[in-house]
Parts: sequence; C-alpha cells; structure tokens
Amino acid sequence: MSEAKVLGGQEVVGVGRIEGPIMVVEGAANVSYDEVVEIKDSRGQLRRGRVLEVSENFAVVQVFAGSTGLSIDGTSVRFLGNTLHIPVAEEMLGRIFDGLGNPIDGGPEPLTDKYADVNGQPINPTARIYPRDYIQTGISTIDGVNTLLRGQKLPLFSGAGMPHDQLAAQIVRQATLGKEAGAPQTEGEEFAIVFAAMGVKNDVADYFRRSFTESGALTRVAMFLNLADDPPVERIVTPRAALTLAEYLAYEKGMHVLVVLTDMTNYGEALRQISNVRGEVPSRKGYPGYLYSDLASLYERTGRIRTSEGSITQIPILTMPNDDITHPMPDLTGYITEGQIVLGRELNFAGIYPPVTVLPSLSRLMKDGIGKGRTRDDHPRWGAQLYAAYARTQDVRALASVIGEEELSEVDQKYLKFGRAFEREFVNQAFTENRTIERTLEIGWKLLSILPKKELTRVNLDEIEKYYTGTDATN
Amino acid sequence: MSNEVGKITWISGPVVRARGSKNVGMLELVEVGEDRLVGEVIGLKGDQMTVQVYEETAGMQTGETIYGTGLPLSVELGPGLIQSIYDGVQRPLPLIEQAVGSFINRGARFDSINREKKWKYTPKVKVGDEVKGGDILGVAMETDTFEHRVMLNPDDSGTITWVAPAGEYTVNDTIAKLKSGKEEKNVTMLQRWPVRRARPFVNRRGANIPLITGQRILDTFFPVAKGGAAGIPGPFGSGKTVTQHSIAKWADAEVIVYIGCGERGNEMTEVLQEFPHLIDPRSGRPLMERTVLIANTSNMPVAAREASIYTGITIAEYYRDMGYHVALMADSTSRWAEALREVSGRLEEMPAEEGYPAYLAGRLAEFYERAGYVNNLNGSQGSVSIVGAVSPPGGDFSEPVTQHTKRFIRCFWALDKSLASARHFPAINWLDSYSEYLEDVGNWWREKTGKDWLTMRNRAMELLSEESRLSQIVKLVGPDALPFTERMVLETTRLIREGLLQQNATETVDAYSSVEKQIRMLELVLYFHERGMAIVKRGAPINLIHDLPVVDKIIRAKSTITNEELGKFEDLQKEIDEQMSQLDAEYRQ
Ligand SMILES: Nc1ncnc2c1ncn2[C@@H]1O[C@H](COP(=O)(O)OP(=O)(O)O)[C@@H](O)[C@H]1O
Ligand SMILES: [Mg+2]
Repeated sequence: MSEAKVLGGQEVVGVGRIEGPIMVVEGAANVSYDEVVEIKDSRGQLRRGRVLEVSENFAVVQVFAGSTGLSIDGTSVRFLGNTLHIPVAEEMLGRIFDGLGNPIDGGPEPLTDKYADVNGQPINPTARIYPRDYIQTGISTIDGVNTLLRGQKLPLFSGAGMPHDQLAAQIVRQATLGKEAGAPQTEGEEFAIVFAAMGVKNDVADYFRRSFTESGALTRVAMFLNLADDPPVERIVTPRAALTLAEYLAYEKGMHVLVVLTDMTNYGEALRQISNVRGEVPSRKGYPGYLYSDLASLYERTGRIRTSEGSITQIPILTMPNDDITHPMPDLTGYITEGQIVLGRELNFAGIYPPVTVLPSLSRLMKDGIGKGRTRDDHPRWGAQLYAAYARTQDVRALASVIGEEELSEVDQKYLKFGRAFEREFVNQAFTENRTIERTLEIGWKLLSILPKKELTRVNLDEIEKYYTGTDATN
Repeated sequence: MSNEVGKITWISGPVVRARGSKNVGMLELVEVGEDRLVGEVIGLKGDQMTVQVYEETAGMQTGETIYGTGLPLSVELGPGLIQSIYDGVQRPLPLIEQAVGSFINRGARFDSINREKKWKYTPKVKVGDEVKGGDILGVAMETDTFEHRVMLNPDDSGTITWVAPAGEYTVNDTIAKLKSGKEEKNVTMLQRWPVRRARPFVNRRGANIPLITGQRILDTFFPVAKGGAAGIPGPFGSGKTVTQHSIAKWADAEVIVYIGCGERGNEMTEVLQEFPHLIDPRSGRPLMERTVLIANTSNMPVAAREASIYTGITIAEYYRDMGYHVALMADSTSRWAEALREVSGRLEEMPAEEGYPAYLAGRLAEFYERAGYVNNLNGSQGSVSIVGAVSPPGGDFSEPVTQHTKRFIRCFWALDKSLASARHFPAINWLDSYSEYLEDVGNWWREKTGKDWLTMRNRAMELLSEESRLSQIVKLVGPDALPFTERMVLETTRLIREGLLQQNATETVDAYSSVEKQIRMLELVLYFHERGMAIVKRGAPINLIHDLPVVDKIIRAKSTITNEELGKFEDLQKEIDEQMSQLDAEYRQ
C-alpha cells in the first residue's frame, strides 16, 4: 500500500489560465477529481468552484459564479478536499436558498451536522419499490389519461409564453393521494415541496412563492433559486442541491416529496456552455455527448425505496426551443422520464386551459396505478378509447379541411363533434377546478357517448352497457 | 494477487491515464487507486496507459496506484446465474444492497457466483474418458427443473482421472480431475470467460425455426428466427421496452438474458417484482427461473454500461453451449453506443458521425455476430437470438446507430410515433418493418399448423399496402369516392389492424397469442375478406357489411377467445357465413 491520501487544505496563489467559467490551476499536488475549491479574488472576495479534470501538473476548475473579476496573478485557490456537500435538515422546509444551497432569506444557516454530497448515489434497482399509488391532481388530462404516480418523474414540455407555471402550481396545490372512484375524499397526506429554479426570471420565482403562500403550503416548501441574472454555471449545482434535500426528506424522514425543477432548458444550456469552453467533441446541436447520462443523474433521483415510507415525485419543466420536441433537451428528457405532458400552442391560442396536447403526452406508469381497486375497472380501456377516438378526430379534421365538413360521412361528423367537445369539456378546466377521478371518468363517458357504440372497440361491451349514455340504438 | 503496475497522472470522469504501460496488457483488468475501483486498460502508448473505470472516480487523486491482475475483464460462469441480477460488470446487486444499503457505493466487491450454495450434481463422465473443451461433465439442478450442464472450459482437454460421486457440491468443490500431458488439474463447476471474446462453437446451422414470442405482429408478420438478430428502433414512448418485456415473458426460449443498458431503474424493478409471479406457459414455472438480469441503469457508471452488453452476451453463449435456446434483450443498444462515444470523447479520439468513434460500426457488428444457431463443441445445438432496442435521437432513423445496426440484423421492427399516439400498440409500423427470415421459417409453420402461413401472411400484407395506397386517395376525396370493392379492402384492413396487429400487453388474454390462435385469426380475417368481396361484387352495400354484428366480434376476439378455446373461431366463421349469406340474398343482382 502507498501512503494515505492527503486531503485538501492546500492553497495555490495565481492561476495558469482563465477562459469563461473555466480556470486552469497549476502547481497543486494531491488534487482530487471533482473536489470543491474556494477561490479568493484580489479583493479577498470568495467564490466556489469544482475540479473537472486533474493531471499531475494542473487541475481544471469550473467556477460556479463565473470568472468575472478574476485575474491570473491576483487569484488564489484553496482545495477543500471533498466533493460538494450541502447541509440537509427538515427545518429547511419553509426556507429559501441560492443555487448552491446557501440561505438567502435572511435566516440563519440550517442547524444540522448532517451534510450530503450533491451528486448523490445511484439507487440500487433491487432496493426500489415499483410505484403504484396514484396522485390525484384534479386535472382531467393528467388523472384521466396520463396518470401521475407517487415516485414518478413526469415533465411538462412547454414553450415560451405558455402557462406551464400555472399548471405546475395547480398540480402542487391540488395534489393529494388518489382514492378509488367513489371513495370519500379524506384529507390527503400532504406533500413536502422542493422547488428549484434554474435561470428563470424573478417573476417566475415570485409567482411560485405567491402561489405557495396562497395555498398555505409555504411552510412545506424549500426553494433553491438560481435566477436569470445569477451565474449560469451555478445552475449545474442547483437541481442537485434540491434533489439532495429531497432525498433526505423522502428516504430518511419518510416524507412524500414533490420536486419541481424549472427550467431544464436553461440547465442544459449551462452544461453546453461549459462543454464548449472545454473544447469537447459535441454530439447534437453543440450539446456534449454525455448530456443523456448527466440528465439521467438528475431524473433518476426519483422513486421509492424499500427502507422508507417516503417517495420523490419529479415534475421538471422544460421549454422546448422553437416548440421542437426533437430538440436534444426534450428528446433526451423524454427518453429518461416516465412520460411527458406536452402543452400546445394551438389549444393555448384557442383559450383552452390547461393546453395539454393529449396525443404526444404519455404517462408510462399509468397502467400500474389505475384500474380495478385503484381508480375504477374501466379506466385503462376508457383511456385508450379516448385516445383512439381523439386520434381519429385528427384524421377527420384533415379530411374535412380538404373536402369540407358537409361532405363527411355521418360517423365522421360525430368524430368532429366529439373532438370539439373533448377539447372544451375534458381538456379545458378552470385553474381553480379540482376534479375528482369519478368526475373525470364521467366526462369522458359523456363524450364517448357522442359516438356510435360500434366505434367503441377499446372498451368492453358490459362497460358500454353500464356507462354509455348516447342515443345510438344499434349494436 | 494484484501488483502495482502504474501511477495515475490524469483523471477525467471515467477515464484515467497512468504511467507504467510496460507492466500491463491491452484489455487487462486493473484495480484503480486506493479504493481499488475496477477498471480496464483500453489504450497503451509510450509509457502511458489509459484505463476506463467502472465506478465513480470522484475523490481520486493523481499519484494513486494502479494494480494489475494479469486477467482480461471476465465473467464468472456456473450454476447460480439464473435468477440473478447483476450490474454491467457482473456485481450482484442484491448483495451490494445487503452490504451497503439502498444506494450503490463504490468499491463494493462480491463474488458474482455464490461460493457457499450447494447444487445437486450428477456426473455424466467416468474415469478414463477422453474429454475436450465444451464436453458435458455432469449436470447440476440450477432450479427445481432447470438442468445446468457443467461443461469443460473450451480451452481445456484431457483424460478424466477422478469423478466426484453424485451429491451436493459448491462451485468451488472439485467435481472431476483432468489430466492433460503431465499435469493433473481439478475441475470445478465454476469457470471464467473474457467477455470480449466470443465463446467458440463448431459451425453455424441454418436459422429456420422461428422464435415464437406470442406477439402477433412479430410471429405472424415479421418473425425472427432462433439464432437470429432483430432491431427495434423507436422514439421515446413508442414501445421498445414494453415489447422487449413481452418477448422476455413469452418467447419460447429456455433462457432469457435481459440487459437494461442505460435505461430506467424502475423498469428493472418492474421485472424483478413481476417475473417471480408470472408463470411460463411452457414449463409451468415462474418466469424468473429462466431469467438472468443485467441492470446498468442510466445513472450508474457509464463505462460499466459499455461492458454490460458483453457481460450479457457471454452469459447467453454459455447457456447456448449447453444446448439451450437463449434469447437476449438489450435495452437500449443506443445507450451502449453513447457510452462508447463518451469514453472516446474523453480520449480525444477523432470522431466520425455525430461524435461517435469510427469503430462504432465494427463494435455493433461484433455484437450482433454473436447471435446464431450453432453446433456446439459438445455436439449439441443451441442458439442465441438477439433483440436490440435502438433509441434514435429525435426518432430519426437516419442516425448512425440505427443505420449501422440495420446492416447487421435481418429483422427490423420499426416503431412509429403516430401509432403510439393513437394508442395503437404495439406501435410497430407494418409498412416500414421487415423480416428476412420469412422464407426460412415457412416450413416450420407448415409442419406445426398444417397451414400455408406464408401465403396468408403475404396476402394480409398485400391488403395492408393496398390500404396505404387507398388512404392517400381517401385523404383527398373522402371514402365515398371509392368503389365498393376498394372500400371492402378498407373494411378488412381495419379488422387486421384492430383485431390482429393491435395487441395489449397489459391484458391477460391478449398479452400472449399461441401460434394456433394467430393462424386462426389470420385465416378468419382473410375469410371475411373473400366472402365480403364476393357479395360486394354481387351488389351488397358496403355500409351494411361494415355494420354486420360479426365485425365487432372479430375485432374483440383477441381478448375474448383464449388460447384454449380456439373452437370459437369456427363459430365466428359460421356467423360470417350466415350474416353474409343473408346480405347476399337480399341484394344479389
Ligand atoms: N403492447 C403494448 N400494450 C399496451 N401498452 C403499450 C404497449 N406498448 C407500449 N405501450 C404503452 O406505451 C408506453 C411506452 O412504452 P415503452 O415501451 O416504455 O416505450 P419506449 O421504451 O419506446 O420509450 C408504455 O408505458 C405503455 O403505456
Ligand atoms: Mg424504453
């Protein structure tokens, strides 16, 4: 065995090179990969950074606050010997922190001796519990056809100017443990909320703060804020800090935690920026080849484990550049998360709230949290039927635009009617409207009843018997 | 055992450089740093070695030591593999959980195969027998019903000088002694095999038996042969994983190797929690008792993700060598290719397309080449079939991984986003998919069912492509403009799409269709078409055919008629006859 590791403590004065948020420090010995450094500028101001690459002669350091004001000779760097850790404590709920986890609400440092590595560690697949309990959000397009489960990661794919913040706030406000249709609504267990803002404007953060206050949730919320005018590089730490607290609350304190991350697109841009400065080989659109793994290291910090009652449910928000769902950020996100709720311009223009475009939306875990004993027996087939019918509506609309509505067959005209009603009555609901699962199912059946029975091949005959309310006499 | 071979000079993520190239070989397994993380030598140049590390390197420093092992990255093979779940370098995940809790720690070391467990063993050789590599020395009962055939390492041969009597043994116990030349050595049930080296066989046989998956669009329309290779590309949410899970559940293979390569943790948990409770329709035993799981999820170290594919295929070959049919699922090969890209990027290699290294195609070829239906060294026959998921960025099939994969597979199951959006599952596009095994497996169908499957299948495909042509016209002028005979085609193809191609993986009856059920359904739909066409030509109005009560019944037959009640298809056929004859009588001109 060789001599024991020397950890941290040493200080180097002067750096070799500074480029964007990256600094090359020469002449330091025993630097550890990924360790945290403290950087002092010529005026004695401190900022932090972390080691991205080490060699015998130099270390590459990423400066969270950016390098503005740093000089080659006037900067000193102290290596702290450990990866980035933040304090974690229950009393952090109700508090506001910056993007690195330092309190910015004027309150004291959290009183705890428990510190956790912001990188976390991968959950062993054998230690997970597969999610099965649905969360009632009171929103038909989610509960009905894209059901969210406790321990699921389900992003909102949106675009600039669309009401994703309102939708997220409504979900947070209304979320409660789902019950079987018809079962009395007891007071649901309350979620703890961890909110992380990356590069969003101050009014967005403010909007959420107000919304949490109004619903009386503020004492259950921890906010980590890296706003638009905060250093971009810090954004890389912000969701990690938030998830580190979430893991502590869920897996050590047994809480059900809802994590809202916004806006993941800004996070991706920070990652791209650093990668470009370092001259790494890009994959698509200048994003680094490891974007998928990096995003997975955030999104996979969701779920349930066998040794705890708690759970982490993630709702990342992501604005798609140019509304393009094939852009690397939504694309790779969609590959990792357990579905996606997609907001659409057209519905938004038509004044429909929430403008959830149902067809490209998906909850992969829905099948395991609904049906008999969970929501209602017919739910899975009812959902598939609504999808199939609404997909058919799109074809009929395309045809109608060519040959005119009057030329459509009788059945096709019914599809048009169904489609309009679906958007206005099922998708559309008030920001304050909290629908029970029963109500959602009822609306769906009412809409399906616009169509002839023969068209409903996804649901069972006895379900048609029981719930169909249309006038179609044939079978 | 291991000795110091170098000192670390550079660290960047999973890639480490060190001085000391003289003391190690290319692809040698090494232990990296004071935490002795597992790594593999992937480059030697001057006095520098480059190592990819299979664990998280945070906290590692330059100057730390690298220890050599003299061995290539290998897997342990022996009884106990089945029902296991490993990470990409064959570390047993349940033991890691027991030792360090719910989160995977660095540096945890465990034997891949349990050393204490005793297996019921019966020898199949006797003293004096001449044996060569691959020969079966005896059998151990790996589950109550699964016979693990203990083979001599392919590189060994000689004369048996001692045989352990039937009894219970651990994998460390000597079960035979082998003399080759002057040396005598003890043989145990445990062997090691380097993962990047394909296990040898005598030669390939024709792949002419289909791998039956119980999935209608696969077996009936785009079959893969046992020993063949299929690719299943698709954008996110289109059904790659559900299809792979369905195949893992229902395929008529004797062993399943499922590799979760850079995908979700929950999906592996789902298999772990579901498979022990699902019964294999053929053996009557829980599905877990034929399954080996490799889980290197997206958040686990990326270099181990690269290795996971090799770990899986080597285990698959090992069971093939025993004379079994093995099916291997890799979800997703794109994540493996990205792992290659990530390591290549850290090495600052010259990238080819989209940042992938130039050797991407070569690596893919090597992997798919390890599929095959072969004559084994011991005279038995076995197969490894590969089903690889591909995750093209933006769902664009022109990207490098999809394109190169296409060159090395013969069966292409193209998933389609718009089908998935309409909840048409499996969302496999019948016009973009193909199988090059159709002719090869035709005979098998004839012998098994007594029916001319290929002709019927081709007829159905013909109708489907006719439908696609007609729907172009319908989009412009509406369906009413088509003559009744063409609208009859559309009636039939609706039955094919909704009744045959759509198959719900979550419904008990529908999830698995026996070969007999599949052919009966195909036959019924084509019968409907021939009868319908005949009466339409004689004047029966198409809308009344559309409204026949039997139509709805045919569409629902997939979930109302179980694999055990195939007689009911005859009843349906009678209903077609009755209802169509009646129409015909009314409208015959
Ligand atoms: N054969 C099927 N039957 C029923 N549902 C399916 C089927 N195939 C896919 N799905 C649905 O599609 C969703 C996405 O499928 P998945 O296999 O996870 O996609 P991918 O792996 O391609 O991203 C599943 O969660 C399920 O709801
Ligand atoms: Mg998948």
